Amino acid sequence: MSGARRLTTGGLIDRSHSISFHFNGKRYSGHPGDTLASALLAQGVRLFGRSFKYHRPRGVIGAGSEEPNALVQVGEGAHSTPNLRATQVELYQGLTARTVNGWPSLAYDLGSVNNWFGRLLPAGFYYKTFMWPRSAWMRYEHYIRKAAGLGHAPSGPDPDHYDKRHCHCDVLVVGSGPAGLMAALGAARSGARVILADEQARLGGSLLHASVQIGGKTAVDWVGEVLTELHTYPEVTLLKRSTVAGYYDHNFLTINERRTHHQGPGQSDPRISRERLWRVRARQVILATGAIERPLVFSGNDTPGVMLASAVSTYVRRYAVAPGQCGAVFTNNDSGYQAALDMAFAGMEVVAVVDIRANPDPASVSAAKALGIPVYLGHGVPSVEKNRQGLSGIELARLTDDGKSIQSHKGVHRCQVLAVSGGWSPAVHLYSQSGGRARFDEKRACFVPGESVQAERSAGSSKGTFDLAGCLREGANAGVAAAAASGWPGSSIDVPVTSAPPCAAIQACWEVPTDALGGTGAKKFLDFQNDTTVADVQLAAREGYRSIEHVKRYTALGFGTDQGKLGNINGLAVLARSLDQTLGDTGTTTFRPNYTPVSFGAVAGRSLGAQLFDPVRKTAIHSWHVRRGAEFEDVGQWKRPWFYPQNGESMSDAVNRECLATRQGVGVLDASTLGKIDIQGPDAAEFLNRLYTNNWSKLEPGRCRYGLMLGEDGMVMDDGVTTCLAPGHYLMTTTTGGAAAVMSWMERWLQTEWPDLKVYLTSVTDHWSVMSIAGPHARQVLHEAGCNLDLGGAVFPFMCSKAGTVAGIPARVSRISFSGELAFEISVDANLGLALWEEVMGAGQKFNITPYGTEAMHVLRAEKGYVIVGQDTDGSVTPLDLGMSWIVSKSKDFIGRRSLSRSDTAKENRKQLVGLHTQDPMQVLPEGAQLVNAPGVEKPVPMIGHVTSSYFSANLGHSIALALVKGGASRMGGTIYAQLMDGHVVPASIVDAVFFDPDNERQRRN
Amino acid sequence: MNTAPLGWRTERDAPGRVKVLEIECPWCGARDQDEFQYGGEAHIVRPTSPEDLSDAQWADYLFNRANTKGPHAEQWCHGAGCRRWFNVVRDTVSYAILAIYRTGDRPPGQNP
Repeated sequence: MSGARRLTTGGLIDRSHSISFHFNGKRYSGHPGDTLASALLAQGVRLFGRSFKYHRPRGVIGAGSEEPNALVQVGEGAHSTPNLRATQVELYQGLTARTVNGWPSLAYDLGSVNNWFGRLLPAGFYYKTFMWPRSAWMRYEHYIRKAAGLGHAPSGPDPDHYDKRHCHCDVLVVGSGPAGLMAALGAARSGARVILADEQARLGGSLLHASVQIGGKTAVDWVGEVLTELHTYPEVTLLKRSTVAGYYDHNFLTINERRTHHQGPGQSDPRISRERLWRVRARQVILATGAIERPLVFSGNDTPGVMLASAVSTYVRRYAVAPGQCGAVFTNNDSGYQAALDMAFAGMEVVAVVDIRANPDPASVSAAKALGIPVYLGHGVPSVEKNRQGLSGIELARLTDDGKSIQSHKGVHRCQVLAVSGGWSPAVHLYSQSGGRARFDEKRACFVPGESVQAERSAGSSKGTFDLAGCLREGANAGVAAAAASGWPGSSIDVPVTSAPPCAAIQACWEVPTDALGGTGAKKFLDFQNDTTVADVQLAAREGYRSIEHVKRYTALGFGTDQGKLGNINGLAVLARSLDQTLGDTGTTTFRPNYTPVSFGAVAGRSLGAQLFDPVRKTAIHSWHVRRGAEFEDVGQWKRPWFYPQNGESMSDAVNRECLATRQGVGVLDASTLGKIDIQGPDAAEFLNRLYTNNWSKLEPGRCRYGLMLGEDGMVMDDGVTTCLAPGHYLMTTTTGGAAAVMSWMERWLQTEWPDLKVYLTSVTDHWSVMSIAGPHARQVLHEAGCNLDLGGAVFPFMCSKAGTVAGIPARVSRISFSGELAFEISVDANLGLALWEEVMGAGQKFNITPYGTEAMHVLRAEKGYVIVGQDTDGSVTPLDLGMSWIVSKSKDFIGRRSLSRSDTAKENRKQLVGLHTQDPMQVLPEGAQLVNAPGVEKPVPMIGHVTSSYFSANLGHSIALALVKGGASRMGGTIYAQLMDGHVVPASIVDAVFFDPDNERQRRN
Repeated sequence: MNTAPLGWRTERDAPGRVKVLEIECPWCGARDQDEFQYGGEAHIVRPTSPEDLSDAQWADYLFNRANTKGPHAEQWCHGAGCRRWFNVVRDTVSYAILAIYRTGDRPPGQNP
């Protein structure tokens, strides 16, 4: 027994199996083929949730993805999913669901007091009320959220897995109703690659509840026949439970396929992902997305028992459920009559068909009358009566001829179900996402697609064609045409004959009139999920809102998880009338992806975890650093040793030890991460001349030179040492983080501006392993390691580079220094990097060779006043600001040169690099600290500069800092103040940026 | 060459619009936008004698761009592919790609 309201025959459910499930803690049962909503309706459940703002009781109003009321939290713990529509949740054994609104319980909801104070909660209430005092917002918000909130997040990390699929197709058909099926068939017969996607569990769309004949068969049989044929085409993919959620540029669409939701946690093959996000590039798209029926707007139109007419038909025909004992219909078009026939078919007493139109299609009227159903033409339902279970009756009223006011009241008719149809709104969501602008069609009273912007076409009711024969025909034509346009001509298809009647005219009705007798105070809802009423939109218009986008944000119209699928068009119409505009003038709000909510899991796919697609780069010597207990620092994508703590040393102790050892004995640094670009070609030197600020024409093979690279705006972009290996052959080094960008920069100039230069670039960063041996004993260590080169100062001076061997390994040895010490960089094939490192470490043992990390490297270079691009510069610093005019050639052009004489870059009082000495020698300023001329002056205090680098220098015995200070170069010896975050002010004297060995004696020593 | 003072950072997407263009690299064929870098307006000629320009003229080269509504000639680089730069005429309203041609060529229909 699956419920008192279940019909004994018919429907697309499997009565031979029962499924038990829980809803709000109570056990129910249903059948395969049921949704949560249909199974609950079959058991007589009418109350599905509470509304968001007023906490009014709400029932299910729709039968598909448009449902705004019946939102449920499905599953428990980590498997729990919030805000699913009960109308889309398929039953599985053991399913548990609860309403997302209703606190502490659905039947007794504390928040429903809001309903009685509804007059005090107008549009913008929260904006207006909880803004002052501003500091109290946090407190208000806590309670507002608790009172409002929809679903809850799962209690743990998602235990399921998700994946993505990238594919191309010739024709993507969205929707598998009559138009979609014909389109797919028309396209498939041509041989084209076709994807047919539909959000429902079963393909067929509206045909699954249609009581018409197509081609001499029942609609469901005809659907089965079409699907059978489609299955025979190897190039056709049929996707059910698959929502085409987003339509992006160049016919790129995303499809969210729910693969195991219907089986429940732990019930599906663990190899199958829970959801799959299809990323499809389609040559042609056919939008057969159907239309969404509109509710009528009258007092109490949110009462449980008021349902869309098409939903009533769906529950009766597809799910074999009579949603009540006694029903009525309220309509302004022909669709409502079918619901009356279907309710009668389900054995319900149909007490009235109330039609706003005075002269509808006689065929529809007589079909209803033939079943003994009273039909009231030119009438309306201005309000309803209700009891604790929901709807108990409807008020009937005779309308004036124009339908805009009530002529006379005709009493109450008892019923529990009211099937309403206010017409149909084509689902133009995807069309609009594609960039198209929907236009309002007055005759059909709906927005329809306008011109196509991308390679797409709409067919069927998504185009405003509401009769079945028209849908089949348009679908067929669209399928054949799309196939031909994608390169598959010559397909043909016959349109089957159908028994469905043509569609008679609608009489637009955006708000059912009320008068004093009918109760003017009762709420007429537009947006059920957000409780936006007619009065709210009218108030917004009175308060001066004109743009629908602003009204949306002010009244929350269309802001729910349903994105206003039911309510938006009615809301637009109310606004249009308030502003005395047409609907076309008012326009729609922007339709954005996704059509229905897509889980984060599907968006992420398998891209989970901390590393994602940003690769981690490790040097050849990495494993040694790990063994040595190094702490690592991320520099770009690289892992670099930061410092090597010994015996529980603190970071500062380790860094001080490494700095002292390097200056007093010998240190060693893994420098492999520096970017390396091999530059070859007859014009290589000319290219370097244009790229760097200094002159490269006279650099001889075997010599190295430091270079500074500017953007065309004159700002420092990168720096590094470049070595001339042979005539027309150079090896450039870049900063670790800037390597890829510098490579791109150079390629761009060569390709787009100077294609005449014969220069070839190769990134060789990963090919070479580089270690830098620095300190007074560097030369001895290299000797000890077995270097076959004469390292004597006379033959191997500073900035000299030679090929040789070290410990038998072919190596390039260069005498360059970033520490200011006597230093040699040894580059070897990366495969031999670790071997060389270990050889050198062994050889250096007797000199107490000390590996040092990036932190010690930073301290050592700061002692020398060497800048780090990106730390001491920020894209607004010129070489002159850094005091490096010595490297700027006056005799040649280079990128950025002209900018150095622009009025702004040439002005005095720019921020310039200086050193800082704190008066307390032990105090280390925080990097980024703002510098001011005088503390305690009236706010705002003018900012004069900021600290860019700051360390404790163990070699000097005091702190050092580099800073950019306005006019700093002319303020040597002056005092400046660092304004700290905690309010402290630290005085410091401005000094030269070179703190140590200003004459460079150490790195040049023979 | 676009020499905007952003330095080498040229990928700047308008917020709120997910761009998934399909671009036909003249060397590799059609690929998703993920593989490309945007380089801004094309056919900006670098002055041959920057020193002869006034500050205003140099700033015009450096900073000012047409901000075209409609067909816009712009540079793209197939960075995750062949790493070649080329030119694209793209409608900045519809994002439709109207023409693709090699660096150094003029837009189709325009004389050199």
